[in-house]
Amino acid sequence: MAQTAVKAGGERLATLALPESGAWLAAARKAAQARLLAMGLPGRRDEYWKYTNPTSLTDAAVTSAAAFDDPSEAPAFDAIDRVTLVFTDGVFDADASDDPAAAGVEITRLAEAGARDLHWARDLYGVLETRGQTPVARPLAALNSALATDGVLIHATGRATKPVSLVYRHRSETSDANLHHCIKLDAGAEMTILESGPGAARFNTVMEVEVADGAAFHHIRTQGRDHDRRVATHIFARLGAESRFKTFTLTANGVLTRNEAVVELTGDDAQAHIAGAAMGDGGFHHDDTVFITHDAERCESRQVFKKVLKGGAVGVFQGKILVKPGAQKTDGYQISQSLLLDDDSQFLAKPELEIYADDVKCSHGSTSGAIDETALFYLRSRGVPEKTAQALLVQAFLAEAIEEIEDAAIAEDVRGRLDAWLARRMG
Amino acid sequence: MAALDKAKAEDDLREGVDRETIETVKAMSGSYKYGWETEIETEYAPKGLNEDIVRLISEKNGEPAWMTDWRLAAYRRWLEMKEPRWAMLNYPEIDYQDQFYYAKPKSMGTKPKSLDEVDPKLLATYEKLGIPLKEQMILAGVEGAEQTPAEGRKVAVDAVFDSVSVGTTFKEELKKAGVIFMSISEAIKEHPELVRKYLGSVVPASDNFFATLNSAVFSDGSFVYIPPGVRCPMELSTYFRINAENTGQFERTLIIADKGSYVSYLEGCTAPKRDVAQLHAAVVEIVILEDAEVKYSTVQNWYPGDEMGRGGIYNFVTKRADCREARAKVMWTQVETGSAITWKYPSCILRGDDSQGEFYSIAIANNAQQADTGTKMVHLGKNTRSRIVSKGISAGRAQNTYRGLVSIHPKAKGSRNYTQCDSLLIGDKCGAHTVPYIEVKNNSSRCEHEATTSKVDEDQLFYCRSRGMDEEEAVALVVNGFCKEVLQALPMEFAMEAQSLVAISLEGSVG
Repeated sequence: MAQTAVKAGGERLATLALPESGAWLAAARKAAQARLLAMGLPGRRDEYWKYTNPTSLTDAAVTSAAAFDDPSEAPAFDAIDRVTLVFTDGVFDADASDDPAAAGVEITRLAEAGARDLHWARDLYGVLETRGQTPVARPLAALNSALATDGVLIHATGRATKPVSLVYRHRSETSDANLHHCIKLDAGAEMTILESGPGAARFNTVMEVEVADGAAFHHIRTQGRDHDRRVATHIFARLGAESRFKTFTLTANGVLTRNEAVVELTGDDAQAHIAGAAMGDGGFHHDDTVFITHDAERCESRQVFKKVLKGGAVGVFQGKILVKPGAQKTDGYQISQSLLLDDDSQFLAKPELEIYADDVKCSHGSTSGAIDETALFYLRSRGVPEKTAQALLVQAFLAEAIEEIEDAAIAEDVRGRLDAWLARRMG
Repeated sequence: MAALDKAKAEDDLREGVDRETIETVKAMSGSYKYGWETEIETEYAPKGLNEDIVRLISEKNGEPAWMTDWRLAAYRRWLEMKEPRWAMLNYPEIDYQDQFYYAKPKSMGTKPKSLDEVDPKLLATYEKLGIPLKEQMILAGVEGAEQTPAEGRKVAVDAVFDSVSVGTTFKEELKKAGVIFMSISEAIKEHPELVRKYLGSVVPASDNFFATLNSAVFSDGSFVYIPPGVRCPMELSTYFRINAENTGQFERTLIIADKGSYVSYLEGCTAPKRDVAQLHAAVVEIVILEDAEVKYSTVQNWYPGDEMGRGGIYNFVTKRADCREARAKVMWTQVETGSAITWKYPSCILRGDDSQGEFYSIAIANNAQQADTGTKMVHLGKNTRSRIVSKGISAGRAQNTYRGLVSIHPKAKGSRNYTQCDSLLIGDKCGAHTVPYIEVKNNSSRCEHEATTSKVDEDQLFYCRSRGMDEEEAVALVVNGFCKEVLQALPMEFAMEAQSLVAISLEGSVG
């Protein structure tokens, strides 16, 4: 029954106009379209979309969203020495971007990659996405692989000299953008990707990250203030032995944001940290969906998600740890917490464990409630005005997730942004 | 392989372990104790399911027309429903036409007026199971029970054998207190006003596939009514026994605790060993009015199937308590050791302000067993409280899933939930899973959820072994410790049984 509901939209999917491109990319797009046809678009009755209505992400027509640009706001990660690559409504803007060569990694634009024989990219594009389609289908990611026209292909063979900052600008009120990035880190390589900016009225991103043995990948993202946006992001990562993968997202506002992270630990002693801090007001709907597969020994995974909700905002957390047979000595940890600032907001959580190995340590915790009255009272008794006291407690609550960021300078930058956003909201 | 393990375990025993330990372990390793069959002539309704069978069951029970119509409506609804497959359970297609829906011992042709008239074979069956059907008897196997004053150890029993209730004890004494305790088939005739008012009011006939099937074909079950302000003078219990082959058991229990009343209710169940799986789809409805309290404890020990996963009971059960008025309280305690397939989510609807729901569960799955069980706490009233403590133990090739929902509605201000789900894995071929849904829709409520999965603690095992225990015994002890919080929630008689069941259920899981 769910099957037939899901396959809605089949006719439209079959006749999708795939972008023109070179041989290998065209083949990958066709394959993605076939995957998509087989699974159909997600519907309201789809269990994986129980708490988030995917309709506006899958509709043929884009709900228009006001372009957002606040010149008074400093660019994200401004204090970090970085290589900035700009995409406006999903199209690379060379004039606004830095010279990619300065990052110390090999960077190719997806729009230009089809004609070249980038064998490593061919082996990655749509490949991790396909792996991530089982056991749960992620049709929006397949849709992206079929349609994405732009994005970056990054190959890191050693330590990158600078972080690569992907900046998304939104100009057209009806833009419908699909960006697809592939990142390959060779053994022992290390790099950082920063993402920021609104992107498009409807924005669908896929990032496939292959982290080879001993490599380290850091990803820090801010999504914020463009309230009308509808975003679905996907990160698919495969981790080799003793590799490290860390991702953090700070989110403010947004009528619909769904951030999916699908991480597979395939080499022994690998480490994956996935964290997020989100705050929303009014028609805010924020969904963190995480799926971590432990398929090697002695790996560690850690999920830390914090949400502050008010004015009818809805926070969703779906996090799963799957420990495959033989993945002994797994250490899996997950915490999802929400702070509800008023009675209209909602927190909906589905933290899941699926475990097939016995010598493991896995736990999850989830809490939801109002601001701690005792702490508030304490601050007030020290002469802190109520609003400030509340802001302090909110800040402290979200800061715990920011602590997951390894790089101190980037963490500081994110903290500054959080403070600025909080000041705006609380003031 | 298992036989080898057993042989090895026995060898271990002979080295420096005292006689008593050997005896204890031997007593425990009888695996499924209740797998024998009562040879008794049984009368069946024709095989399969259709409107005529539904009518026949209704007629056999001598039901009024409204009841027959209720069943038929459920049956028609059921035809349009699909069997749910969302649980983490893997079992072959069930052929609903290849079952008997009604089986009763021929000797029950005319309902016995008192227990003295009951077929001795049936009485012997319950005696062998340790269930006292004579009022002077006390529950077997309870050490020290002789010292407790007579008043304190009485348990009234309704014994259900295949499709019929064999008899109910202490009816007269309970009647003096105003408590109605009888089979539901009798209650439909003797107290139609109560049955009609409450039946299907907690679990509607159209609730879910298995509950709807039950609504159409339930043959018997227990009925309890506790009048306002009455504290039930003894514990009530129902003992379900499946005996007939190829027969599904579909019982329906309805408990009504009127304002300010209290009752503790126990449920037990067993079935013979057979190679073919058998279906059990029960419904339990509990209505709790203002200030009333119900404790419902289950030791589910249906035949789990053999080591290869042949046979066993497919247990699809809908249990729900409705705390309909202010300060109503319900406590579900379950020890799930049996059944090949368990699909069971005892739930609490916390409708009344300040009402409370509690769920304590131990689910043990060994060999090829699969359990998907948990609870739903639906907070609708203000200041409602719920607490969930679930302990899942997996061994052998078993799969054990906790699946639960905590839903705090916008109007349920000031509510509170605490959930703790712990899983223990014994061996690397089994699985333990946790699937909680948490929905919080106001900010004056607090919701806390914790879950852990781990293996049996090596240090604890080592300690036990160093004190001369063999490995199985040590595991049983550690597991009993792991389950402590739930075992403590059980009435004493059940706690004893549950404790030894934990050991038996894990038999063959180590070594």
